[in-house]
Amino acid sequence: MSNAPAEEIPAEEIDLAEANHIIDKYLTLPGNLMPVLQGIQDSYGYIPRPTIDLVAERLNVYPSQIYGVLTFYAQFHLKPRGRYIIRVCVGTACHVQGAERITETFFGRLGIGHAETSADLRYTFEKVACLGACGMAPLAMVNDDTYGKMTVQKVDEIIETYNQRPMTK
Amino acid sequence: MSDNAAVKILICQGTGGISAGAKQVEAEFTRLIAEKGIVAQVGKRCDVVKTGCRGLCANDVLVDIITPELGRVTYDFVVPADVEAILDQHIVANEVIEKKKAKEYYNTFVDQQMRVVMTGCGQIDPERLDAYIEEDGFKAIEKCVKEMKPAEVIDEVKKSGLRGRGGGGFPTGMKWSFCAASPGNHKYLICNADEGDPGAFMDRSILEGDPYCVIEGMMIAAYAIGCDAGYVYVRAEYPLAIDRLQKALDTCYEKGYLGKNIQGWGFDFDMRIKKGAGAFVCGEETALMASIEGERGMPRPRPPFPAVKGLWGFPTNINNVETFANVRHIINKGFEWYASLGTDTTKGTKIFAVTGKVKHTGLVEVPAGMSVRDVIYKVCGGIANNRKFKAVQAGGPSGGCIPAEVLDTPVDYDSLIKAGAMMGSGGLVVMDETTCMVDVARFFLTFTKMESCGKCVPCRIGLKAMLDILEKITEGRGEMADIDTLLEMGATIKKASLCGLGQTAPNPILSTVKYFRNEYEAHIIDKRCPSNSCKELLLWQVIPEKCVKCGACLRACPSNAIKWEKGQVAELVKENCTKCKSCYDACRFMAIE
Ligand SMILES: Cc1cc2nc3c(=O)[nH]c(=O)nc-3n(C[C@H](O)[C@H](O)[C@H](O)COP(=O)(O)O)c2cc1C
Ligand code: SF4
Ligand code: SF4
Ligand code: SF4
Ligand code: FES
Repeated sequence: MSNAPAEEIPAEEIDLAEANHIIDKYLTLPGNLMPVLQGIQDSYGYIPRPTIDLVAERLNVYPSQIYGVLTFYAQFHLKPRGRYIIRVCVGTACHVQGAERITETFFGRLGIGHAETSADLRYTFEKVACLGACGMAPLAMVNDDTYGKMTVQKVDEIIETYNQRPMTK
Repeated sequence: MSDNAAVKILICQGTGGISAGAKQVEAEFTRLIAEKGIVAQVGKRCDVVKTGCRGLCANDVLVDIITPELGRVTYDFVVPADVEAILDQHIVANEVIEKKKAKEYYNTFVDQQMRVVMTGCGQIDPERLDAYIEEDGFKAIEKCVKEMKPAEVIDEVKKSGLRGRGGGGFPTGMKWSFCAASPGNHKYLICNADEGDPGAFMDRSILEGDPYCVIEGMMIAAYAIGCDAGYVYVRAEYPLAIDRLQKALDTCYEKGYLGKNIQGWGFDFDMRIKKGAGAFVCGEETALMASIEGERGMPRPRPPFPAVKGLWGFPTNINNVETFANVRHIINKGFEWYASLGTDTTKGTKIFAVTGKVKHTGLVEVPAGMSVRDVIYKVCGGIANNRKFKAVQAGGPSGGCIPAEVLDTPVDYDSLIKAGAMMGSGGLVVMDETTCMVDVARFFLTFTKMESCGKCVPCRIGLKAMLDILEKITEGRGEMADIDTLLEMGATIKKASLCGLGQTAPNPILSTVKYFRNEYEAHIIDKRCPSNSCKELLLWQVIPEKCVKCGACLRACPSNAIKWEKGQVAELVKENCTKCKSCYDACRFMAIE
């Protein structure tokens, strides 16, 4: 990580009240860095830059240490994410049942690759290793909904469905 | 199930069940029972019970109906529209609906197993403490605290022969005794529920289906070792497991089964959940502890061993979910009983997640020592779509492939290692003649390369270099010398890596080269993939002699790239084809190459 801003977002306008509230909750817990970051991610949908400085200050750790943790674990995100998170399992069971064509079809249809978000912030696409329902391989998830025994045709149906859904929660 | 006079409706609500629509089925039962006045009609209580996973997730939603008249009957693939008929015919009129009943395979699937650890899963409501207590819950910890000294508990577990289910197979009683022997009053107990091995989901099912049995197992270990605090490290991909376990912990605190002076027995134990954040290497015990401490999850050298200096520098004992879930049964039924199950070196039962190209995918619990062949053919019904068996991958990214020649290998720790694989966490991924073994090796290496924490050079760079070679081979650009390079590099990486990830990452390659060298050679010399799986080497055509004109490929193709009419040999139109291979997988006659 260099010191240059990671992207061209001019000083993000973020309400830090929620982040402060999360930090309060874990302030005295040993090993609190991860739960705090997980809380922030759950609440904001990603880790906004200003919250990193806040966490550094209030937990008395270096920002570099926080970046170290954030970049190590696959589930932290430094950029805003889509309204609908599409996850396609590429674990062993799904791989042998043809997960590759599912990921490639999503790539082709949405024009975004692994860990990318569409420009309109509707979709984020992710490949994940095993969602733990291998009996229904190949598997895809959109937010909390699971779709088993996926086919290329079902990819189109899913995209069709979620294109109709609202962008607000 | 003590109440014989009531009707029970058990609905599977594991991750599999829910994604198949179990919640809607449950709602429909509840709604119609009230609306139709079923209770008055049959004159008995009707309990709708949500249970954990029964193991046969591919056939969800599974519903068991238990009535005094008909006993237990299982229906599979239940949808809300079936509910009314089940209520009217089965529950009111006492007539089994033969058409909807799970077929014979279901009984075979269940009868061939031996459920010890998974007795509660699929039978009891995982969110109700009472349900667990009815099944002798917390009897084992009570017996330990009241009747046994900690050393006696350890001795009992030692004599049972229980070995860790997390992969290494280390004797559990011995592990406990190391940590117990470490000086200090403050010790940690950790349950490893990171379950990173893709294709394995037994730990998830136990936590979702019977969370209290894991808590009780941990309480027993805590008492035996002298730990006062415990963590369960659960991977974040398992939201339902985290949710159910958190509910169970809250209830235990509320009812005095956790905390200070538990049940007035003079024994204290505190527990909390630590949620992972998506890093496979955190399943390794030293990395896991670093992660709990809030750091990057990087392994550290041992010694010092966790039993001496673990979490925050205190003595720490780590076991796997399934290991803890075994413990209460050993205490309740005695070590002799437990030791009578299994083989000389592996006692008890083992849960396998059987997935891939097998007829009935799911979780099966069998006595250790059953042959791999029996697990696949007897319990899981053999290979799907009439295809030929090629290999079964055991032990995940650390393991190896077992070919047909050694299918009679018993599933115990030592025999599997001898066959070139390993037990690992118990994932068995079945592969048929359409699976390319070079591609499988490439797949695993992609995984381990990505998950390498980067601390040691052989693992970080070596795996990348090996992956490059494998990619070259699958794309038809390989040379014969590449095979030797792979073997040589594999041996070096195994020797020179710090943690289990690097030390085992070359295994999938070494074992596929050992058993399927011919496939590597076909890719390199003939520039052909014998399983017709590697895209770059496919011909993309229908072989007219093999085509039986069934039309399945046409239905599978999403791109209008198949021409077929009744009674005609199919034809693949290359211009439209996106090379998705749906047709290839759909053709049961291997007519597309
Ligand atoms: C890279 C790596 C990943 C591992 N992942 C897991 C895991 O997901 N679950 C697990 O129980 N053990 C895992 N282990 C094994 C643990 O380090 C540890 O041996 C185990 O949890 C001990 O429990 P047991 O004695 O009950 O088997 C992993 C080991 C390595 C090297
Ligand atoms: S072997 Fe690989 S995963 Fe393990 S410590 Fe070394 S670099 Fe990290
Ligand atoms: S699925 Fe196979 S056998 Fe059937 S028409 Fe297509 S190519 Fe021929
Ligand atoms: S590979 Fe896919 S697009 Fe091409 S013919 Fe087969 S099913 Fe159709
Ligand atoms: S491998 Fe895809 S859900 Fe497990």
